[in-house]
Amino acid sequence: MAWFRKSKRPRSAASDRPRSTVPEGLWVRCDGCREIIYSKELDRNLQICPKCGFHFRIDSRARIRLLVDEDEPRELYRGLLPADPLKFRDRKSYRDRAKDYARQSGEEEAVIVVEGHIGGVPAIVASMEYRFMGGSMGSVVGEKITRAAEEAAKRRCGLVVVSASGGARMQEGVVSLMQMAKISAALARLRERGAPYLSVLTDPTTGGVTASFGMLGDLNIAEPGALIGFAGPRVIQQTIRESLPEGFQTSEFLLEHGFLDMVVERSELKGTLATCLRHLRHRS
Amino acid sequence: MRPSEVPFEAPLTDLRRRIEELESYPEGSGRSKEIARLKEKLERDTVEVYGNLTRWERTLVARHSDRPHTLDYVEHLMSDWIEIHGDRAYADDPAIVAGIASFMGRPVAIVGHEKGRGTKERIERNFGQARPEGYRKALRLLKLAERFKMPVLCLVDTPGAYPGLGAEQRGQAEAIARNLLEMATLRTPIVVTITGEGGSGGALGIAMGDRVFMLEYSVYSVISPEGCAAILWKDQDKKEVAADALRLTAPDIFELGVVDAVIPEPAGGAHANRSETIQNVGGTIAAALAEVEALPIDKLLDQRYRRFRKLGFLIEG
Ligand SMILES: [Zn+2]
Repeated sequence: MAWFRKSKRPRSAASDRPRSTVPEGLWVRCDGCREIIYSKELDRNLQICPKCGFHFRIDSRARIRLLVDEDEPRELYRGLLPADPLKFRDRKSYRDRAKDYARQSGEEEAVIVVEGHIGGVPAIVASMEYRFMGGSMGSVVGEKITRAAEEAAKRRCGLVVVSASGGARMQEGVVSLMQMAKISAALARLRERGAPYLSVLTDPTTGGVTASFGMLGDLNIAEPGALIGFAGPRVIQQTIRESLPEGFQTSEFLLEHGFLDMVVERSELKGTLATCLRHLRHRS
Repeated sequence: MRPSEVPFEAPLTDLRRRIEELESYPEGSGRSKEIARLKEKLERDTVEVYGNLTRWERTLVARHSDRPHTLDYVEHLMSDWIEIHGDRAYADDPAIVAGIASFMGRPVAIVGHEKGRGTKERIERNFGQARPEGYRKALRLLKLAERFKMPVLCLVDTPGAYPGLGAEQRGQAEAIARNLLEMATLRTPIVVTITGEGGSGGALGIAMGDRVFMLEYSVYSVISPEGCAAILWKDQDKKEVAADALRLTAPDIFELGVVDAVIPEPAGGAHANRSETIQNVGGTIAAALAEVEALPIDKLLDQRYRRFRKLGFLIEG
C-alpha cells in the first residue's frame, strides 16, 4: 500500500489542471508547487498548501463549517432527490449514476443549503458539492437554490451561494438549462427586495452555473487559482486549435478582466463575507 | 439544394429530379399523367419520410442552411426595419441582430441569432455563435423596448455561444447571466420562438419570455448530441444515441412543459417552403402578443416568474 498518493501531474495551462480533494494517506503532493506535504498539516491549514498557498478543493460540508458560525446549522430542503424526466441512459442509467454518486459522496445531491449566521449576520448559505456528479445542476440544484433565494427574499437576509460545478447536468437535458432561468428569476426578485446576494466561486465553476447565479452576485468573490469560465478549457482549445495562455480562466484572470470584485484566500473568506453582508444589510 | 445536409431526403430528391426531367420533355405519350403520378408520390413520400425522422435526423433539419433565418422573418413579416448595432462597450456582434420594426401596425423590438447565407456571410456572422457583445446588444434592445413600451420578439437559432478566448475574456458567462436576470423582470411582454437550433446557454441568453414556442423541426438542448456523445459515450459517433437520450426535439420539449406550443412546419420542413413557415410563425406570434398584451404588466411578470419557477422534476423524499 502506498504511503502517499501522488495527484495527477498538472498540465502547462493552470486553468486546465486536474485537481482533487486531498487523497487519503499521510502525505500528498501539492498540485501547485509539487512539494510533498504532510496531510495533517493541510488539515490544520484549511486545505491550503503551507508552502505555496495552493487551495485544495474542499467538500460542501467543510465549506459550511468554514463559513457558518453555528456548529450544526439547520439544513434546509433535505430529501429532494433527482427524478429522471428523460429516462436518461448513456453507458449507465442516470438513476444508477445518481445513486452511485450519493453513495460515494455521502450527499443526496449536488448542493446543500443551511440557515445560520456568518460573523453574526444572518444568512442563507448554499454550498455546492463537486463530488456529486461534478456539482452538475439539475432540477434539485435548481429547486434548492431557488428556494434559498426566495427564503432570503422573504427574510430580507443575505444569500451566499458557493459554486463548484461543471455546469448544467446533461442527464436532465433542457430541463437543467431551465434551472439557469429559474434561479436567475429568483435572484432578480431577491434584488427587488433589497437583500444582498454574494456569489462565491470556487474551483471549478463553469458552464451554466457561471452563466447564471455564478456571475450574478451583488458581489462576485473567488478563491485564488480557481478555474472559472463559461466554456471548458478543452472545448475552447478544440475550437481555436491552439493552446491556452498561462493563467487563462483563473480567478486572477477574471479579476483582471473585471468580472470579480475580489479574490480572497480561504482563511479570510468568512471575515470578508461577514463584512460584505454587514455593509449590504437591508435598510428601509 | 445540398442533399448531404439531410441524407434521408435522397429518395425525395430523386423524385424531384425525375419530375423536372419529365417536365422538360415535349407533350404527349402520357407525360402529364406520369408527372401527376410522381408528384402525388412525392407528396406521399415526403409525409412518410418526415413522419419517421429520428431525433438526430430532426437535428439535421433544424440545422438546414435553407431554413428561414431571423432576417427572413423580419423581411417578410415586418416593415420599417431599423437595425441597431453595437454593445456600446466593445463591438458589434453580427451573430445576433437586433432592431425595431413595424409588425401589425405598431413598433416591436426584435432580437435573434442570424446564421447568415453563403460562405462569406456565414463566416462573418460566426455561424450564429454569439459573443458577449451580442448578448449585450440584445440587452440594449430589451431595455429600449421596456422604456418605449414595445413588446419584444426573440428568434432563437444558434449552435451555442461562441467558445473562444476573446469571448471568455470579455465575460460570455456574465453577459448571458445578466440577460437572464433582466429578462425575468423586464416590464414589457416577451415572446420567444426557437426557429432552428436552440443551443444551450447561447440560446437561453435571449430565450426567457412570457411565451416560448418551437418550430416543429427545431431542437432545444443543454448540449449538442455530438458534445454529449463525446463526453458521456467518449465517442462522437454516438451522436444518434445521444440525440435520443437528450430528447431535444420540439415535441419532446413540449411534453416536458418547457415550451408552450409547437408551430407546424410545411411538409418537408421549413427549408422546403420558407414563406409558409414564416407565415405560421407570424400567426403564432400575433396571437400570443394579443394574449400577453391584454394582461396588466405586474400580472404578466408574475406569470412569467411562475412559468419558469415550476420547471423541474424531482422526488420529494
Ligand atoms: Zn504547494
